[in-house]
Amino acid sequence: MKTKYYLISLALGALAVSQTSCKPGGGKASSELAGDAAQKVYVAPGTHDEFYSIVSGGFNGQVSVIGLPSGRTLKNIPVFSQHPENGWGYSEETKPMLNTSHGFIPWDDSHHIALSTTNSEHDGRWAFINGNNTPRIARISLSSFKTEEIIEIPNSGGNHSSPFITANTEYAVAGTRFSVPPDNVADVPISSFKENFKGYISFISIDKETGRMGIKFQLKTPGVSYDLARAGKGKSADWFFFSTYNTEQASTLMEVNASQKDKDFILAVNWKKAEQYLAQGKGKKEPGTYAHNVWDEDTHSATSTIINEVMTLDPKDCPDMLYFIPCPKSPHGCDVDPTGSYIVGSGKLAAVIPVFSFDKMQKAIASKAYDGQFDGIPILKYEEVLHGEVQKPGLGPLHTEFDGKGNAITSFFVSSELVRWNIDKLEIIDRVPTYYSVGHLSIPGGPTAKPHGKYVVAYNKITKDRYLPTGPELAQSAQLYDISGDKMKLLLDFPTTGEPHYAEALPASLIKDKVRKIYELEKNKHPFATKSEKDTRVERKGKEVHIYMTTIRSHFAPDNIEGIKIDDVVYFHVTNLEQDWDVPHGFAVRGAKNAELLIMPGETQTYKWIPSKVGVTPFYCTDFCSALHQEMQGYIRVSPANSNVPLKWGLGNTPEAAAEKAVAGK
Amino acid sequence: MKKSNTHKISAASKWLLLLGALSLALTFFVPIWRIDLWAPQYPEGLTMKIWLSKLSGQVEIINGLNHYIGMGHIKEEMFPEFKVLPYCVAFLILSGIGMALYGRKKGVLGYFLLLVCAAAIALYDFWKWGYEYGHNLSEDAPIKVPGMAYQPPLLGYKELLNFGAYSMPDIGGWVFAVFGTIIVLVLLYEFKLRKT
Repeated sequence: MKTKYYLISLALGALAVSQTSCKPGGGKASSELAGDAAQKVYVAPGTHDEFYSIVSGGFNGQVSVIGLPSGRTLKNIPVFSQHPENGWGYSEETKPMLNTSHGFIPWDDSHHIALSTTNSEHDGRWAFINGNNTPRIARISLSSFKTEEIIEIPNSGGNHSSPFITANTEYAVAGTRFSVPPDNVADVPISSFKENFKGYISFISIDKETGRMGIKFQLKTPGVSYDLARAGKGKSADWFFFSTYNTEQASTLMEVNASQKDKDFILAVNWKKAEQYLAQGKGKKEPGTYAHNVWDEDTHSATSTIINEVMTLDPKDCPDMLYFIPCPKSPHGCDVDPTGSYIVGSGKLAAVIPVFSFDKMQKAIASKAYDGQFDGIPILKYEEVLHGEVQKPGLGPLHTEFDGKGNAITSFFVSSELVRWNIDKLEIIDRVPTYYSVGHLSIPGGPTAKPHGKYVVAYNKITKDRYLPTGPELAQSAQLYDISGDKMKLLLDFPTTGEPHYAEALPASLIKDKVRKIYELEKNKHPFATKSEKDTRVERKGKEVHIYMTTIRSHFAPDNIEGIKIDDVVYFHVTNLEQDWDVPHGFAVRGAKNAELLIMPGETQTYKWIPSKVGVTPFYCTDFCSALHQEMQGYIRVSPANSNVPLKWGLGNTPEAAAEKAVAGK
Repeated sequence: MKKSNTHKISAASKWLLLLGALSLALTFFVPIWRIDLWAPQYPEGLTMKIWLSKLSGQVEIINGLNHYIGMGHIKEEMFPEFKVLPYCVAFLILSGIGMALYGRKKGVLGYFLLLVCAAAIALYDFWKWGYEYGHNLSEDAPIKVPGMAYQPPLLGYKELLNFGAYSMPDIGGWVFAVFGTIIVLVLLYEFKLRKT
């Protein structure tokens, strides 16, 4: 009997073991977790993170600022999307930032971050991000953490292959993901793709001092889908590399029809040569309507200009400027190693990772080692350009970043893992699972000539059970790994908002001491600024009423206003007189079809209000500014359209004025 | 001859006094006094510096905070001292040079008394302003703490509600202090130690 029970329990035990081992991933996470993980990501209260990570917000149209290694979200910067939290896209000053050739657009799908570089190293000046849906590129200041400029891209559909930048931030690029017919001749049958559709690649110049953007030229390349891109570095700095798919040139059921060929291409662009052709007058101005929106930090206002033509270069007139490199199966990532010697293509349906050699490419070009041509552009021979293939790396390679120690780390969407491999030897060193289906990955300085290494963050596309469930719609999942040792070790999960399409991280020391704290009142050049309470007033111009208002802890001046009538359009021009860091004031009016204003110290912002009801309406400060914040409010009286209530405004005597008199009297 | 020798100071003392008097010229270019404030939400501190002819530092921020308790705004134009002080110091420098060149013990003693009087008046004036600002609070102040006055300390540390306030000489003040010390040492040496 005893032995029988013994055998049964043994059998059950074996069954239990086999059960757990058959369940992949069950309890597996702990084995990848570094033993001292908590210590490594712990940033003690009152101390700062080592890295800023500038993270794309994806379909929220924003950019997040996240500290590493803590994973704490520090700020969401509105870019292409209205942001009721601080009035971005709602205040009169910020509305022009969201203007396009289609009019005001309150949203976009932001994708890739590109941080400005000098000699391919982070210089901590600007972040660039692309809007995919209505093609745009934005420039964000890394001193004010504010969007300073947005430029629309004409002749483009789905600005995905963007805004990657050249070594010294000479250009950001915009390769169209959806080839389209040129804007001015766009009414063509969709089935005429091959003949009428073009793959425009725009080169957006960036002013060295101001960062001001402008479309320098557009390359009119064959109609394919441009997916991702990277500029060369060092010896390859004059070149830009773009991955392509749909070289089948299909326009329907793309998931099948654009996946037919064994190899698509990486397009190598000699942009220095393009500049030469431009200088030689090979460019042609074509119609193309786009908006260029610029924020001014002195007037605290944006202006939007519509431009109606664009310079184009036709590759047919420009030999030796473009070359196609065959790349297996719909390449996604197209990443250049820190030395600029190797280009890593990630065929998202391929079983290998091809690594191309810049030197071999130069030789192949010199010896005209062509394998035919595609729409007049030479195709280089795969083997002649290939440094080698990483064999059996995983399934669904998407993106590659570099650790600065001669290794690459590639993300695998389908097999949900990060794989580290040696660039020179093409040998796999280590692999670590992600939870789940990693898309982009980010190593501090990872795309630059000087990676800072230390960590890799996996930005995952699927979150599932990683956090407390919040219904069908979940936070997005990011994971931080320590890559300082031989093995990659999971340190931390942290949720993000939106869908993080790529991030770049850089040492905090490059930014944190030059961050703007306030706007100096003396430098405020806003046409409606009010720099002292004495100058506060209300002016009527026909149906328009302009209220020159100030805020200071803890009152508005004026805070009692009468004489507004139904049908008036009221503009509150609110200047925050505070000159101390972190003392913003908010502003909101009952019933306004608007968001709040959040006015930084020394800043002027304008709130438009069209009163809809007769009566006395309160307004108040929405940011808990002081011990007397609750008292920071006012009243505005709205009378019927035909009333004779005179325009009147005022503010009671402030206590400090009374005390001043008493002191001065002594 | 012997008698007049005993009235004269040594060459070393003379040079020290001359240098000391000249060094007062520095006070035109550096602040004389400083008031530092700390509070939990101001870990980096707030500073107001008093010069011969102006105020500097975060005066506007301090004013902004003072309004809760009904204190008046601190404004340069309210202090006539700023117009007079540079002339007073210029006089101290010139008379100091005269005193050193004259080189008589009584001259040094007389100048020392003048300096002490000047310092006493200055400190009294400073205290008086502190008193006026600290006590003349608006009846309408949002925060009224019964019995509380907000006079800053004349010298040293004082707690004022959530703020800790330090008051102490800045570089210019120390220049005066060093000069005063030089005179005291010269007097000691000349009257007590030096035997002719």
